[in-house]
Amino acid sequence: MINNVKELLRAHEGLKHEVYLDIENASITPKEVVDAMLPYYAKRAYGNPTLTHKPGWEAFEVIMESAQKIAKFLGSETLEDINFTPGETEANNLALMGTTLSMKDKGKKLVISEIEPISILQITEMLKRFGFTTTKIPVDSEGFINLEKLKDAVDKETVLVSLSAVNHEIGTIEPIKEALGIVKDKSPQTLFHTDASDAYGKIPFNARELNLDMATLSSYKILGPRGIGALYVKEGVQIDRILEGQIGTQRLWPGIENTPLIVGLTKASELAFERFEENVAHMRRLRDRLIDGIMTGLQDVRLNGSNGDNRAPDNANISFLRCEGEALTIELSLSGVYVSSGSACTRRLLQPSHVMVAIGRKFDEAHGSILMKVTRYHTEEDINYVLEVIPKAVERIRGIVGSTGV
Amino acid sequence: MIVLSRSPLPYNPKILELFRNPKNLGKMEDATVTAIAGNPLCGDMITFYLKINEQDIIEKASFESYGCAANIATSSVVTEMIKGKELEDAWKITWKGVSEEVGGLPSIKFHCGILAVGALKRAIRTYYKNKNAFTAWLPNELTFEEKQALEEEELAKVLSKKMKTEEEK
Repeated sequence: MINNVKELLRAHEGLKHEVYLDIENASITPKEVVDAMLPYYAKRAYGNPTLTHKPGWEAFEVIMESAQKIAKFLGSETLEDINFTPGETEANNLALMGTTLSMKDKGKKLVISEIEPISILQITEMLKRFGFTTTKIPVDSEGFINLEKLKDAVDKETVLVSLSAVNHEIGTIEPIKEALGIVKDKSPQTLFHTDASDAYGKIPFNARELNLDMATLSSYKILGPRGIGALYVKEGVQIDRILEGQIGTQRLWPGIENTPLIVGLTKASELAFERFEENVAHMRRLRDRLIDGIMTGLQDVRLNGSNGDNRAPDNANISFLRCEGEALTIELSLSGVYVSSGSACTRRLLQPSHVMVAIGRKFDEAHGSILMKVTRYHTEEDINYVLEVIPKAVERIRGIVGSTGV
Repeated sequence: MIVLSRSPLPYNPKILELFRNPKNLGKMEDATVTAIAGNPLCGDMITFYLKINEQDIIEKASFESYGCAANIATSSVVTEMIKGKELEDAWKITWKGVSEEVGGLPSIKFHCGILAVGALKRAIRTYYKNKNAFTAWLPNELTFEEKQALEEEELAKVLSKKMKTEEEK
Protein backbone atom coordinates (compact mmCIF):
# COMPACT_ATOMS: atom_id res chain seq x y z
CA MET A 1 0.00 0.00 0.00
CA ILE A 2 2.70 2.43 0.99
CA ASN A 3 4.65 1.53 -2.16
CA ASN A 4 1.66 2.47 -4.28
CA VAL A 5 1.56 5.84 -2.58
CA LYS A 6 5.27 6.28 -3.25
CA GLU A 7 4.59 5.59 -6.93
CA LEU A 8 1.71 8.06 -6.94
CA LEU A 9 4.03 10.66 -5.48
CA ARG A 10 6.69 9.86 -8.08
CA ALA A 11 4.11 10.61 -10.78
CA HIS A 12 4.03 14.18 -9.44
CA GLU A 13 7.76 14.80 -9.82
CA GLY A 14 8.82 17.83 -11.82
CA LEU A 15 5.78 19.99 -11.10
CA LYS A 16 6.58 23.61 -11.91
CA HIS A 17 3.75 25.18 -9.98
CA GLU A 18 1.67 23.89 -7.09
CA VAL A 19 -1.48 25.47 -5.67
CA TYR A 20 -3.09 24.09 -2.54
CA LEU A 21 -6.79 24.97 -2.30
CA ASP A 22 -8.04 22.17 -0.02
CA ILE A 23 -8.19 24.34 3.11
CA GLU A 24 -11.45 22.61 4.00
CA ASN A 25 -9.66 19.37 4.80
CA ALA A 26 -6.29 20.54 6.14
CA SER A 27 -4.13 23.60 5.69
CA ILE A 28 -0.58 24.79 5.50
CA THR A 29 0.87 26.36 8.63
CA PRO A 30 2.70 29.50 7.53
CA LYS A 31 6.21 30.25 8.70
CA GLU A 32 5.12 33.17 10.91
CA VAL A 33 2.90 30.80 12.84
CA VAL A 34 5.51 28.05 13.16
CA ASP A 35 8.11 30.61 14.25
CA ALA A 36 5.78 31.85 16.97
CA MET A 37 5.22 28.31 18.21
CA LEU A 38 8.83 27.08 18.24
CA PRO A 39 10.09 28.71 21.47
CA TYR A 40 7.28 27.00 23.36
CA TYR A 41 8.60 23.51 22.72
CA ALA A 42 11.90 23.76 24.55
CA LYS A 43 12.84 27.36 25.30
CA ARG A 44 10.06 28.55 27.56
CA ALA A 45 6.64 27.71 28.96
CA TYR A 46 7.16 24.00 28.37
CA GLY A 47 5.82 23.18 31.84
CA ASN A 48 2.40 22.15 33.00
CA PRO A 49 0.45 25.38 33.55
CA THR A 50 -1.12 24.11 36.77
CA LEU A 51 2.18 23.50 38.56
CA THR A 52 4.30 25.62 40.81
CA HIS A 53 7.50 26.28 38.94
CA LYS A 54 8.76 28.80 36.41
CA PRO A 55 8.08 26.78 33.20
CA GLY A 56 4.58 26.08 34.55
CA TRP A 57 3.87 29.71 35.40
CA GLU A 58 5.20 30.73 32.01
CA ALA A 59 2.80 28.29 30.38
CA PHE A 60 -0.06 29.59 32.52
CA GLU A 61 0.79 33.15 31.51
CA VAL A 62 0.86 32.48 27.76
CA ILE A 63 -2.27 30.29 27.79
CA MET A 64 -4.26 32.94 29.65
CA GLU A 65 -2.98 35.70 27.40
CA SER A 66 -3.87 33.61 24.37
CA ALA A 67 -7.39 33.00 25.68
CA GLN A 68 -7.73 36.72 26.36
CA LYS A 69 -6.72 37.60 22.80
CA ILE A 70 -9.05 35.07 21.22
CA ALA A 71 -11.92 36.16 23.47
CA LYS A 72 -11.30 39.69 22.25
CA PHE A 73 -11.45 38.65 18.59
CA LEU A 74 -14.89 37.24 19.41
CA GLY A 75 -15.96 40.46 21.08
CA SER A 76 -15.62 39.19 24.64
CA GLU A 77 -13.56 40.60 27.50
CA THR A 78 -13.73 37.36 29.47
CA LEU A 79 -10.88 34.96 28.90
CA GLU A 80 -12.77 32.23 30.76
CA ASP A 81 -15.20 32.15 27.81
CA ILE A 82 -12.54 30.37 25.77
CA ASN A 83 -12.08 26.62 26.19
CA PHE A 84 -9.26 25.18 24.16
CA THR A 85 -10.01 21.77 22.67
CA PRO A 86 -8.02 19.58 20.27
CA GLY A 87 -10.02 20.87 17.29
CA GLU A 88 -13.34 21.67 15.66
CA THR A 89 -14.58 18.08 15.98
CA GLU A 90 -13.91 18.02 19.71
CA ALA A 91 -15.39 21.50 20.26
CA ASN A 92 -18.57 20.45 18.44
CA ASN A 93 -18.75 17.24 20.45
CA LEU A 94 -18.28 19.24 23.65
CA ALA A 95 -21.00 21.73 22.71
CA LEU A 96 -23.61 19.15 21.78
CA MET A 97 -22.85 16.39 24.24
CA GLY A 98 -21.99 18.80 27.06
CA THR A 99 -25.34 20.56 26.62
CA THR A 100 -27.38 17.38 26.44
CA LEU A 101 -25.62 16.03 29.54
CA SER A 102 -26.31 19.16 31.55
CA MET A 103 -29.87 19.69 30.27
CA LYS A 104 -31.14 16.13 29.88
CA ASP A 105 -33.90 16.74 32.45
CA LYS A 106 -35.17 19.83 30.61
CA GLY A 107 -35.85 18.25 27.26
CA LYS A 108 -34.75 15.73 24.68
CA LYS A 109 -34.90 17.72 21.47
CA LEU A 110 -32.15 19.13 19.31
CA VAL A 111 -32.38 21.26 16.19
CA ILE A 112 -29.69 21.50 13.52
CA SER A 113 -29.74 22.19 9.77
CA GLU A 114 -29.46 19.73 6.91
CA ILE A 115 -26.05 21.11 5.96
CA GLU A 116 -24.13 20.96 9.22
CA PRO A 117 -20.62 19.48 9.18
CA ILE A 118 -20.22 15.73 9.67
CA SER A 119 -19.18 16.08 13.32
CA ILE A 120 -22.50 17.76 14.20
CA LEU A 121 -24.51 15.23 12.18
CA GLN A 122 -22.75 12.24 13.68
CA ILE A 123 -23.09 13.48 17.26
CA THR A 124 -26.85 13.86 16.84
CA GLU A 125 -26.95 10.32 15.41
CA MET A 126 -25.10 9.09 18.47
CA LEU A 127 -27.37 11.04 20.83
CA LYS A 128 -30.36 9.16 19.38
CA ARG A 129 -29.20 6.20 21.42
CA PHE A 130 -29.75 8.27 24.55
CA GLY A 131 -33.25 9.30 23.61
CA PHE A 132 -32.55 12.66 21.96
CA THR A 133 -34.38 13.43 18.74
CA THR A 134 -33.03 15.89 16.19
CA THR A 135 -34.94 18.02 13.72
CA LYS A 136 -32.97 19.01 10.64
CA ILE A 137 -33.98 22.36 9.18
CA PRO A 138 -33.98 22.40 5.36
CA VAL A 139 -32.14 24.99 3.32
CA ASP A 140 -32.93 26.67 0.01
CA SER A 141 -31.01 26.22 -3.26
CA GLU A 142 -28.28 28.61 -2.10
CA GLY A 143 -27.97 26.97 1.30
CA PHE A 144 -29.83 29.50 3.44
CA ILE A 145 -31.69 27.93 6.35
CA ASN A 146 -35.45 28.13 6.32
CA LEU A 147 -36.23 30.42 9.26
CA GLU A 148 -39.96 29.59 9.18
CA LYS A 149 -39.17 25.92 9.59
CA LEU A 150 -36.76 26.79 12.38
CA LYS A 151 -39.54 28.64 14.18
CA ASP A 152 -41.82 25.62 13.83
CA ALA A 153 -39.17 23.22 15.06
CA VAL A 154 -38.17 24.92 18.32
CA ASP A 155 -40.23 24.50 21.47
CA LYS A 156 -39.71 24.44 25.24
CA GLU A 157 -38.36 20.89 25.03
CA THR A 158 -35.55 21.95 22.70
CA VAL A 159 -32.30 21.96 24.67
CA LEU A 160 -30.01 23.07 21.87
CA VAL A 161 -30.02 24.59 18.41
CA SER A 162 -26.78 24.26 16.45
CA LEU A 163 -26.42 26.11 13.14
CA SER A 164 -23.13 26.90 11.41
CA ALA A 165 -22.45 30.59 10.87
CA VAL A 166 -20.89 29.86 7.48
CA ASN A 167 -21.38 26.58 5.67
CA HIS A 168 -18.11 24.70 5.39
CA GLU A 169 -18.73 23.43 1.88
CA ILE A 170 -20.58 26.11 -0.05
CA GLY A 171 -19.65 29.18 2.02
CA THR A 172 -23.20 30.39 2.59
CA ILE A 173 -23.30 33.01 5.36
CA GLU A 174 -26.31 32.08 7.45
CA PRO A 175 -28.67 34.58 9.12
CA ILE A 176 -27.46 33.58 12.58
CA LYS A 177 -28.69 36.74 14.27
CA GLU A 178 -32.24 36.21 13.01
CA ALA A 179 -32.09 32.51 13.82
CA LEU A 180 -30.96 33.23 17.35
CA GLY A 181 -33.77 35.75 17.81
CA ILE A 182 -36.36 33.24 16.63
CA VAL A 183 -35.03 30.51 18.91
CA LYS A 184 -34.85 32.68 22.05
CA ASP A 185 -38.29 34.16 21.41
CA LYS A 186 -39.85 30.74 21.38
CA SER A 187 -37.75 29.19 24.11
CA PRO A 188 -35.42 31.41 26.15
CA GLN A 189 -33.75 28.48 27.94
CA THR A 190 -32.74 26.74 24.69
CA LEU A 191 -29.00 27.04 24.15
CA PHE A 192 -27.72 28.24 20.79
CA HIS A 193 -24.45 26.95 19.39
CA THR A 194 -22.80 27.85 16.12
CA ASP A 195 -19.88 26.18 14.42
CA ALA A 196 -18.02 29.34 13.47
CA SER A 197 -14.99 27.56 12.00
CA ASP A 198 -15.62 29.03 8.57
CA ALA A 199 -16.66 32.44 9.90
CA TYR A 200 -13.86 33.23 12.35
CA GLY A 201 -11.26 35.38 10.65
CA LYS A 202 -13.18 35.40 7.38
CA ILE A 203 -16.33 37.44 8.00
CA PRO A 204 -17.15 39.94 10.76
CA PHE A 205 -18.23 37.70 13.61
CA ASN A 206 -18.87 38.95 17.14
CA ALA A 207 -20.09 36.17 19.42
CA ARG A 208 -20.72 38.51 22.34
CA GLU A 209 -22.68 41.05 20.34
CA LEU A 210 -24.74 38.28 18.75
CA ASN A 211 -25.25 36.95 22.29
CA LEU A 212 -24.45 33.39 21.22
CA ASP A 213 -24.26 30.77 23.93
CA MET A 214 -21.50 28.78 22.25
CA ALA A 215 -19.28 29.00 19.20
CA THR A 216 -16.74 26.56 17.77
CA LEU A 217 -13.42 27.78 16.38
CA SER A 218 -10.98 25.79 14.30
CA SER A 219 -7.30 26.58 14.08
CA TYR A 220 -6.31 25.12 10.74
CA LYS A 221 -9.13 26.87 8.93
CA ILE A 222 -7.42 30.18 9.69
CA LEU A 223 -4.01 28.66 8.87
CA GLY A 224 -3.07 27.82 12.44
CA PRO A 225 -1.68 24.39 13.32
CA ARG A 226 -4.13 21.50 13.34
CA GLY A 227 -4.82 19.68 16.60
CA ILE A 228 -6.24 22.73 18.31
CA GLY A 229 -9.52 24.57 18.37
CA ALA A 230 -11.73 26.23 20.91
CA LEU A 231 -15.25 26.36 22.17
CA TYR A 232 -16.45 29.80 23.18
CA VAL A 233 -18.98 29.46 25.98
CA LYS A 234 -20.72 32.63 27.13
CA GLU A 235 -20.28 33.53 30.78
CA GLY A 236 -23.04 31.92 32.81
CA VAL A 237 -23.84 29.15 30.33
CA GLN A 238 -23.48 25.80 32.06
CA ILE A 239 -22.54 22.73 30.09
CA ASP A 240 -20.91 19.53 31.34
CA ARG A 241 -17.47 18.18 30.55
CA ILE A 242 -17.57 15.15 28.30
CA LEU A 243 -14.13 13.82 29.16
CA GLU A 244 -12.69 13.29 32.62
CA GLY A 245 -9.08 13.29 33.64
CA GLN A 246 -6.36 15.43 35.12
CA ILE A 247 -7.91 18.83 35.78
CA GLY A 248 -6.02 21.57 33.99
CA THR A 249 -6.59 25.25 33.33
CA GLN A 250 -9.43 24.51 30.90
CA ARG A 251 -12.77 24.28 32.65
CA LEU A 252 -14.32 22.05 29.99
CA TRP A 253 -11.40 20.00 28.71
CA PRO A 254 -9.14 17.85 30.91
CA GLY A 255 -5.55 16.87 30.23
CA ILE A 256 -2.32 18.79 29.85
CA GLU A 257 -2.62 21.85 27.67
CA ASN A 258 -0.71 21.86 24.40
CA THR A 259 0.92 25.26 24.83
CA PRO A 260 2.69 25.52 21.41
CA LEU A 261 -0.54 24.75 19.56
CA ILE A 262 -2.46 27.30 21.61
CA VAL A 263 0.24 29.86 20.73
CA GLY A 264 -0.09 28.84 17.07
CA LEU A 265 -3.86 29.31 17.03
CA THR A 266 -3.41 32.70 18.68
CA LYS A 267 -0.76 33.80 16.19
CA ALA A 268 -2.90 32.63 13.28
CA SER A 269 -5.82 34.61 14.72
CA GLU A 270 -3.66 37.73 15.05
CA LEU A 271 -2.51 37.39 11.44
CA ALA A 272 -6.10 36.99 10.26
CA PHE A 273 -7.42 39.93 12.27
CA GLU A 274 -4.49 42.36 12.14
CA ARG A 275 -5.28 43.35 8.58
CA PHE A 276 -8.72 41.85 8.43
CA GLU A 277 -10.20 44.12 5.74
CA GLU A 278 -7.15 43.77 3.53
CA ASN A 279 -7.02 39.98 3.94
CA VAL A 280 -10.71 39.58 3.18
CA ALA A 281 -10.51 41.87 0.15
CA HIS A 282 -7.56 39.85 -1.17
CA MET A 283 -9.36 36.53 -0.72
CA ARG A 284 -12.53 37.90 -2.28
CA ARG A 285 -10.65 39.26 -5.29
CA LEU A 286 -8.92 35.93 -5.95
CA ARG A 287 -12.05 33.94 -5.22
CA ASP A 288 -14.06 36.04 -7.70
CA ARG A 289 -11.37 35.65 -10.33
CA LEU A 290 -11.39 31.92 -9.81
CA ILE A 291 -15.18 31.59 -10.00
CA ASP A 292 -15.55 34.01 -12.93
CA GLY A 293 -12.72 32.36 -14.82
CA ILE A 294 -14.30 28.93 -14.52
CA MET A 295 -17.90 30.02 -15.07
CA THR A 296 -17.11 31.99 -18.21
CA GLY A 297 -14.39 29.71 -19.54
CA LEU A 298 -16.18 26.38 -19.32
CA GLN A 299 -19.51 24.98 -20.39
CA ASP A 300 -21.84 22.93 -18.20
CA VAL A 301 -20.65 24.29 -14.88
CA ARG A 302 -22.77 25.28 -11.88
CA LEU A 303 -21.83 27.45 -8.94
CA ASN A 304 -22.86 25.84 -5.67
CA GLY A 305 -23.92 28.23 -2.91
CA SER A 306 -24.83 31.88 -2.98
CA ASN A 307 -23.67 34.21 -5.72
CA GLY A 308 -23.61 37.40 -3.73
CA ASP A 309 -22.45 39.17 -0.59
CA ASN A 310 -23.63 36.29 1.55
CA ARG A 311 -20.86 34.02 0.40
CA ALA A 312 -17.71 33.63 2.50
CA PRO A 313 -14.82 35.48 0.81
CA ASP A 314 -12.64 32.38 0.47
CA ASN A 315 -15.11 29.81 -0.85
CA ALA A 316 -15.48 28.57 -4.42
CA ASN A 317 -17.54 25.45 -5.04
CA ILE A 318 -18.35 24.49 -8.60
CA SER A 319 -19.94 21.45 -10.21
CA PHE A 320 -18.50 20.28 -13.50
CA LEU A 321 -21.17 18.29 -15.29
CA ARG A 322 -20.17 15.11 -17.17
CA CYS A 323 -17.13 14.94 -14.93
CA GLU A 324 -16.70 12.63 -11.97
CA GLY A 325 -15.12 14.45 -9.05
CA GLU A 326 -12.60 11.90 -7.84
CA ALA A 327 -11.15 11.45 -11.32
CA LEU A 328 -10.93 15.23 -11.59
CA THR A 329 -9.14 15.66 -8.24
CA ILE A 330 -6.50 13.11 -9.34
CA GLU A 331 -6.09 14.72 -12.76
CA LEU A 332 -5.70 18.17 -11.15
CA SER A 333 -3.27 16.80 -8.58
CA LEU A 334 -1.03 15.47 -11.34
CA SER A 335 -0.81 19.09 -12.52
CA GLY A 336 -0.17 20.46 -9.03
CA VAL A 337 -3.64 21.79 -8.21
CA TYR A 338 -4.95 20.31 -4.98
CA VAL A 339 -8.70 20.38 -4.34
CA SER A 340 -11.42 18.13 -2.94
CA SER A 341 -14.72 16.89 -4.29
CA GLY A 342 -18.18 16.16 -2.93
CA SER A 343 -18.45 13.05 -5.09
CA ALA A 344 -19.47 9.75 -3.61
CA CYS A 345 -16.13 8.25 -4.63
CA THR A 346 -13.89 10.66 -2.78
CA ARG A 347 -16.08 10.34 0.27
CA ARG A 348 -16.04 6.50 0.18
CA LEU A 349 -19.78 6.50 0.66
CA LEU A 350 -22.50 5.58 -1.78
CA GLN A 351 -24.02 9.03 -1.67
CA PRO A 352 -22.47 12.36 -2.52
CA SER A 353 -22.07 15.23 -0.08
CA HIS A 354 -25.18 15.80 2.04
CA VAL A 355 -24.74 19.56 1.54
CA MET A 356 -25.04 19.18 -2.24
CA VAL A 357 -28.11 17.00 -1.87
CA ALA A 358 -29.70 19.44 0.61
CA ILE A 359 -29.40 22.39 -1.80
CA GLY A 360 -31.14 20.30 -4.44
CA ARG A 361 -28.19 19.34 -6.57
CA LYS A 362 -28.83 16.21 -8.59
CA PHE A 363 -26.49 13.38 -7.72
CA ASP A 364 -24.55 13.65 -10.96
CA GLU A 365 -24.09 17.39 -10.32
CA ALA A 366 -22.89 16.62 -6.81
CA HIS A 367 -20.46 13.93 -8.04
CA GLY A 368 -18.76 16.57 -10.18
CA SER A 369 -18.46 19.21 -7.48
CA ILE A 370 -15.07 20.68 -6.61
CA LEU A 371 -14.41 22.68 -3.44
CA MET A 372 -11.66 25.29 -3.34
CA LYS A 373 -10.75 27.83 -0.68
CA VAL A 374 -8.30 30.66 -1.18
CA THR A 375 -6.14 32.24 1.53
CA ARG A 376 -4.29 35.50 1.95
CA TYR A 377 -1.15 33.69 0.83
CA HIS A 378 -2.45 32.83 -2.63
CA THR A 379 -1.40 35.07 -5.50
CA GLU A 380 -2.78 36.16 -8.86
CA GLU A 381 -0.25 33.81 -10.46
CA ASP A 382 -1.65 30.90 -8.45
CA ILE A 383 -5.17 31.59 -9.67
CA ASN A 384 -3.96 32.08 -13.24
CA TYR A 385 -2.28 28.69 -13.05
CA VAL A 386 -5.43 27.04 -11.66
CA LEU A 387 -7.48 28.62 -14.45
CA GLU A 388 -5.00 27.28 -16.97
CA VAL A 389 -5.05 23.74 -15.55
CA ILE A 390 -8.77 23.24 -14.80
CA PRO A 391 -10.14 23.48 -18.39
CA LYS A 392 -7.54 20.97 -19.62
CA ALA A 393 -8.31 18.55 -16.80
CA VAL A 394 -12.06 18.86 -17.27
CA GLU A 395 -11.71 18.39 -21.01
CA ARG A 396 -9.67 15.22 -20.57
CA ILE A 397 -12.05 13.67 -18.03
CA ARG A 398 -15.05 14.61 -20.18
CA GLY A 399 -13.26 12.94 -23.08
CA ILE A 400 -13.26 9.66 -21.16
CA VAL A 401 -16.92 10.06 -20.28
CA GLY A 402 -17.87 10.65 -23.93
CA SER A 403 -21.58 10.09 -24.35
CA THR A 404 -21.86 7.82 -21.30
CA GLY A 405 -24.27 9.08 -18.70
CA VAL A 406 -25.44 12.03 -20.76
CA MET B 1 -23.09 3.67 6.67
CA ILE B 2 -20.36 3.87 9.25
CA VAL B 3 -16.85 4.30 7.90
CA LEU B 4 -14.39 3.40 10.62
CA SER B 5 -11.23 4.54 8.94
CA ARG B 6 -10.02 5.91 5.64
CA SER B 7 -6.83 5.72 3.67
CA PRO B 8 -5.71 7.88 0.74
CA LEU B 9 -6.84 5.41 -1.98
CA PRO B 10 -3.42 4.00 -2.79
CA TYR B 11 -3.97 3.39 -6.48
CA ASN B 12 -1.16 1.28 -7.90
CA PRO B 13 1.03 2.38 -10.84
CA LYS B 14 -0.93 0.29 -13.36
CA ILE B 15 -4.24 1.92 -12.43
CA LEU B 16 -2.61 5.34 -12.53
CA GLU B 17 -1.13 4.60 -15.96
CA LEU B 18 -4.48 3.38 -17.34
CA PHE B 19 -6.16 6.45 -15.85
CA ARG B 20 -3.66 8.76 -17.52
CA ASN B 21 -3.46 6.90 -20.82
CA PRO B 22 -6.51 4.70 -21.16
CA LYS B 23 -6.41 2.11 -23.94
CA ASN B 24 -9.32 1.59 -26.33
CA LEU B 25 -11.10 4.75 -25.29
CA GLY B 26 -14.04 6.15 -27.21
CA LYS B 27 -17.21 5.40 -29.05
CA MET B 28 -17.04 2.77 -31.83
CA GLU B 29 -19.16 3.63 -34.86
CA ASP B 30 -19.23 0.13 -36.34
CA ALA B 31 -19.84 -1.77 -33.08
CA THR B 32 -21.79 -5.01 -33.33
CA VAL B 33 -23.06 -4.58 -29.80
CA THR B 34 -23.13 -1.83 -27.17
CA ALA B 35 -23.84 -2.36 -23.47
CA ILE B 36 -24.16 0.06 -20.59
CA ALA B 37 -23.94 -0.66 -16.87
CA GLY B 38 -24.26 1.58 -13.84
CA ASN B 39 -25.81 4.97 -13.44
CA PRO B 40 -24.38 8.47 -13.17
CA LEU B 41 -26.47 8.97 -10.03
CA CYS B 42 -24.14 6.52 -8.29
CA GLY B 43 -21.14 8.22 -9.85
CA ASP B 44 -20.33 5.10 -11.81
CA MET B 45 -21.22 4.20 -15.41
CA ILE B 46 -19.58 2.27 -18.23
CA THR B 47 -20.35 1.81 -21.92
CA PHE B 48 -18.68 -1.02 -23.86
CA TYR B 49 -18.57 -1.18 -27.64
CA LEU B 50 -17.71 -4.58 -29.16
CA LYS B 51 -17.05 -5.51 -32.77
CA ILE B 52 -17.72 -9.25 -33.06
CA ASN B 53 -17.11 -11.30 -36.20
CA GLU B 54 -19.05 -14.26 -37.57
CA GLN B 55 -16.92 -16.75 -35.64
CA ASP B 56 -18.04 -15.04 -32.41
CA ILE B 57 -14.59 -13.57 -31.89
CA ILE B 58 -14.20 -10.06 -30.45
CA GLU B 59 -12.23 -8.17 -33.08
CA LYS B 60 -12.30 -4.79 -31.38
CA ALA B 61 -13.44 -3.44 -28.03
CA SER B 62 -13.66 0.09 -26.72
CA PHE B 63 -15.21 1.91 -23.77
CA GLU B 64 -16.42 5.17 -22.32
CA SER B 65 -16.60 5.69 -18.59
CA TYR B 66 -18.20 8.11 -16.20
CA GLY B 67 -16.45 7.36 -12.95
CA CYS B 68 -13.38 7.40 -10.79
CA ALA B 69 -9.82 6.39 -11.75
CA ALA B 70 -10.51 2.75 -10.83
CA ASN B 71 -13.62 2.72 -13.00
CA ILE B 72 -11.64 4.05 -15.95
CA ALA B 73 -8.74 1.65 -15.40
CA THR B 74 -10.90 -1.48 -15.02
CA SER B 75 -13.00 -0.61 -18.08
CA SER B 76 -9.87 -0.07 -20.13
CA VAL B 77 -8.26 -3.29 -18.95
CA VAL B 78 -11.39 -5.32 -19.76
CA THR B 79 -11.24 -4.11 -23.37
CA GLU B 80 -7.61 -5.25 -23.50
CA MET B 81 -8.39 -8.63 -21.94
CA ILE B 82 -11.18 -9.51 -24.39
CA LYS B 83 -9.61 -8.33 -27.62
CA GLY B 84 -9.20 -11.31 -29.99
CA LYS B 85 -11.03 -13.65 -27.63
CA GLU B 86 -13.92 -15.94 -28.46
CA LEU B 87 -17.07 -14.88 -26.66
CA GLU B 88 -17.12 -18.10 -24.66
CA ASP B 89 -13.68 -17.28 -23.25
CA ALA B 90 -14.50 -13.62 -22.72
CA TRP B 91 -17.53 -14.75 -20.70
CA LYS B 92 -15.21 -16.51 -18.23
CA ILE B 93 -13.61 -13.25 -17.11
CA THR B 94 -14.45 -12.43 -13.49
CA TRP B 95 -14.14 -9.22 -11.53
CA LYS B 96 -11.36 -10.84 -9.48
CA GLY B 97 -9.47 -11.54 -12.69
CA VAL B 98 -9.89 -7.92 -13.69
CA SER B 99 -8.74 -6.76 -10.29
CA GLU B 100 -5.61 -8.91 -10.65
CA GLU B 101 -5.00 -7.59 -14.15
CA VAL B 102 -4.90 -3.99 -12.87
CA GLY B 103 -2.53 -5.02 -10.11
CA GLY B 104 -5.13 -5.14 -7.33
CA LEU B 105 -8.02 -2.83 -6.58
CA PRO B 106 -8.43 -1.11 -3.20
CA SER B 107 -11.33 -2.92 -1.46
CA ILE B 108 -13.54 0.16 -1.63
CA LYS B 109 -13.14 0.01 -5.43
CA PHE B 110 -14.05 -3.67 -5.94
CA HIS B 111 -17.41 -2.51 -7.29
CA CYS B 112 -15.64 -0.84 -10.23
CA GLY B 113 -14.27 -4.19 -11.39
CA ILE B 114 -17.64 -5.81 -10.76
CA LEU B 115 -19.44 -3.17 -12.81
CA ALA B 116 -16.98 -3.51 -15.71
CA VAL B 117 -17.47 -7.28 -15.88
CA GLY B 118 -21.23 -6.81 -15.45
CA ALA B 119 -21.23 -4.54 -18.51
CA LEU B 120 -19.16 -7.04 -20.51
CA LYS B 121 -21.49 -9.95 -19.70
CA ARG B 122 -24.46 -7.81 -20.54
CA ALA B 123 -22.88 -7.05 -23.94
CA ILE B 124 -22.34 -10.74 -24.66
CA ARG B 125 -25.91 -11.62 -23.70
CA THR B 126 -27.26 -8.79 -25.82
CA TYR B 127 -25.23 -10.02 -28.80
CA TYR B 128 -26.73 -13.51 -28.67
CA LYS B 129 -30.18 -12.14 -28.00
CA ASN B 130 -29.94 -9.90 -31.06
CA LYS B 131 -28.69 -12.84 -33.08
CA ASN B 132 -31.52 -14.96 -31.71
CA ALA B 133 -29.07 -17.82 -31.27
CA PHE B 134 -29.12 -20.51 -28.60
CA THR B 135 -25.79 -20.86 -26.83
CA ALA B 136 -25.31 -23.91 -24.64
CA TRP B 137 -22.58 -22.38 -22.43
CA LEU B 138 -24.48 -19.17 -21.67
CA PRO B 139 -26.28 -19.58 -18.33
CA ASN B 140 -29.84 -18.38 -18.00
CA GLU B 141 -29.26 -17.15 -14.52
CA LEU B 142 -27.52 -13.80 -14.11
CA THR B 143 -23.93 -13.92 -12.88
CA PHE B 144 -22.77 -12.20 -9.72
CA GLU B 145 -21.43 -9.21 -11.65
CA GLU B 146 -24.64 -8.76 -13.64
CA LYS B 147 -26.71 -8.92 -10.48
CA GLN B 148 -24.50 -6.31 -8.83
CA ALA B 149 -24.82 -3.99 -11.82
CA LEU B 150 -28.59 -4.38 -11.68
CA GLU B 151 -28.58 -3.69 -7.97
CA GLU B 152 -26.69 -0.44 -8.49
CA GLU B 153 -29.13 0.60 -11.21
CA GLU B 154 -32.07 -0.21 -8.95
CA LEU B 155 -30.51 1.89 -6.24
CA ALA B 156 -30.17 4.78 -8.69
CA LYS B 157 -33.86 4.46 -9.55
CA VAL B 158 -34.79 4.61 -5.87
CA LEU B 159 -32.56 7.62 -5.39
CA SER B 160 -33.95 9.53 -8.35
CA LYS B 161 -37.51 8.72 -7.27
CA LYS B 162 -36.72 9.96 -3.77
CA MET B 163 -35.27 13.15 -5.19
CA LYS B 164 -38.31 13.75 -7.38
CA THR B 165 -40.69 13.40 -4.44
CA GLU B 166 -38.53 15.79 -2.46
CA GLU B 167 -38.60 18.29 -5.31
CA GLU B 168 -42.37 18.08 -5.44
CA LYS B 169 -42.53 18.78 -1.72
